[in-house]
Amino acid sequence: MTFLNVIFYILTFLAVYVQVFFLVTFFENRKKILIRKDKIELENYPSVTVLVPCYNEENTVSRTVESLLFLDYPKEKLDIIVIDNASKDKTWEVLQKYSSYPQIRLFKESKQGKHHALNKGLENIRTEFVGCLDADSTVHPEALKRIITYFSNPKTMAVAPSIVVLNPKNLLQYAQRAEYDMAHYNKKMLAFLGGIHVTPGPFSIFRKTVFDQLGFYTKAHQTEDQEIALRMQKHGLKIDHCPDAYVYTNSPNSVPKLYRQRVRWIYGFIKNALDYRELFFKPKYGTIGVFTLPSGFISVIGTIFLLFFTFSQFYEFIVNKILQSQAVGFHFISTDLSSFNLFFISTKTFVFISIILYILVIVSLFNGRNMIKDRGRIPFWDIPLFLIIYTFLAPVWLMKAVWNAVFSKEASWSKERDYLIGDNNI
Amino acid sequence: METEYKKNDWLKYIIVFFLTCGLFALAGGLSNFFTNQKIQSMRQVQDKLETDILSSETQFALLSELSCEQNDGGENLSAELSDMAQKIEYSENNFKDNATATELKRYYTILEIKDYLLTKKINARCGNKFVPILYFYTTAENCTECTKQGFVLTELREKYPELRVYSFDYNLDLSALRALIKIYKIEDTKLPALVVNEKKVTGFKSIEDVEKLYPDIIKLLPKDKDTSDSKEFKK
Repeated sequence: MTFLNVIFYILTFLAVYVQVFFLVTFFENRKKILIRKDKIELENYPSVTVLVPCYNEENTVSRTVESLLFLDYPKEKLDIIVIDNASKDKTWEVLQKYSSYPQIRLFKESKQGKHHALNKGLENIRTEFVGCLDADSTVHPEALKRIITYFSNPKTMAVAPSIVVLNPKNLLQYAQRAEYDMAHYNKKMLAFLGGIHVTPGPFSIFRKTVFDQLGFYTKAHQTEDQEIALRMQKHGLKIDHCPDAYVYTNSPNSVPKLYRQRVRWIYGFIKNALDYRELFFKPKYGTIGVFTLPSGFISVIGTIFLLFFTFSQFYEFIVNKILQSQAVGFHFISTDLSSFNLFFISTKTFVFISIILYILVIVSLFNGRNMIKDRGRIPFWDIPLFLIIYTFLAPVWLMKAVWNAVFSKEASWSKERDYLIGDNNI
Repeated sequence: METEYKKNDWLKYIIVFFLTCGLFALAGGLSNFFTNQKIQSMRQVQDKLETDILSSETQFALLSELSCEQNDGGENLSAELSDMAQKIEYSENNFKDNATATELKRYYTILEIKDYLLTKKINARCGNKFVPILYFYTTAENCTECTKQGFVLTELREKYPELRVYSFDYNLDLSALRALIKIYKIEDTKLPALVVNEKKVTGFKSIEDVEKLYPDIIKLLPKDKDTSDSKEFKK
């Protein structure tokens, strides 16, 4: 067995382990997964503030604010704070139409950086709960009520929603829809295990006391939503996930945009995880240290390795083809179908392990998909699309993120927004 | 606000570990099962090869001179030999259990030598009915010339169905093969090596080189291309 094979088996063992761990957790808890389709009423409605930080969002911010106004929640209990983070476009002018709304307050934050904008909002809240909604996302009318039900457990300090890709239009967006669907499942399983490592920017709701106790947002390598979750985990504050609180987000519609977003996310994950390295392998901190963070690192390394491993498997084939073309001319694939023989299909162990791993991933994707009940039947062809696209693209942004993390080249949220907004406004 | 860490469920970590081991064992088991199926199919081809060679020998012995026109099945045998050679090469590269592949290869090598001797006898009595090519290669080192030569011979065999290619791994531990190597004075530093009609050449030879070296081969036109020529030749 070669060195490469040993690494392959170790990494795939860990990858299969993670998937089996989730699957066991799923079977243990599947009856506790609450998916509501109908309207619900709460016994009492606690007061909530939603912060909307925006930077150059003149085209999307109205839709975001309207979706908040459309939330099925008593108006006197819902505050909306919109913070213009030094936009260069007409965001501030667009926002003026809401200046007369009693439940909406508008602020300007001149220091650029999403955390500055959020902190400006946090300084001005008067409610028991606070959340954030990125200005490129919209919410389901029932989302807030459904999230609030999770706070009936006094130990729950934050609740993350389910983020759904809004109206996918091209193949890349369909692939992302499948990826996000799988993420619902992973997030719910991590919630059962107490190991959530990110409270996503779009519509995670916190008890205000979290910020009173732990302080405000920090720059956190442009991924403040990961840092606050890790900070909460470090202090043993429970984060839950509400699978039927749907938040609709615009997904990057081109490879360069997706690449930029993912480099920032993965870079943020690596840097934040390193900042909180004291959590690693410490049973005291529970799942986050023993399971979530190590498996995140393994998935970064594993995905990069897998690409090289796949290439190494093809290397021999390519060398043989070159030798063949030198010897007898070029025959890329035999045109004679009768020469096709089942005998020559690989039956090596790694082939079956890869099949098992792919089956587990597909099962988790279906489980995640079953948690989203507000849309019709979804065709399953986006699953192979997702697997193929991500097998080749993910290692590229992962490698770039690792490179940036090693050389501390930080991505910029506002630059990414500038770039994304280019033609992604819907 | 109280601080409470969710406790790790160590039993679950252990159970999942064993479940994962189980899945790996399943993958290993499936791999073994299908590999065994392949080995079995190779044994079947080998058995058939053996029966066919024995049948040719017996037929030849029984009918003696008369057998020249009736000794059929030569092309089938060539195809079987080539099929078996490909499968053995594949199994050497891909099977974990190399010992089984080597054992099959030793047996196959003996069958090849036996068939080569028979072909020589048939040729001596009936004229050059088949052109046997002995091909020696090495697996002890990375011999790219050998790989290329292998492609050339496969191509030639497709071009001339009555060509019999007998390939021998120089490094195989088999006394019959050692004797053959001694007879043709094959050296492991000069591989690949080809022997046709007792003539030996070493180093990579392209299709054109082989055709030039052994004009006999060109006479072996496929039946469907030139039936009359072929019949003439057989007589």
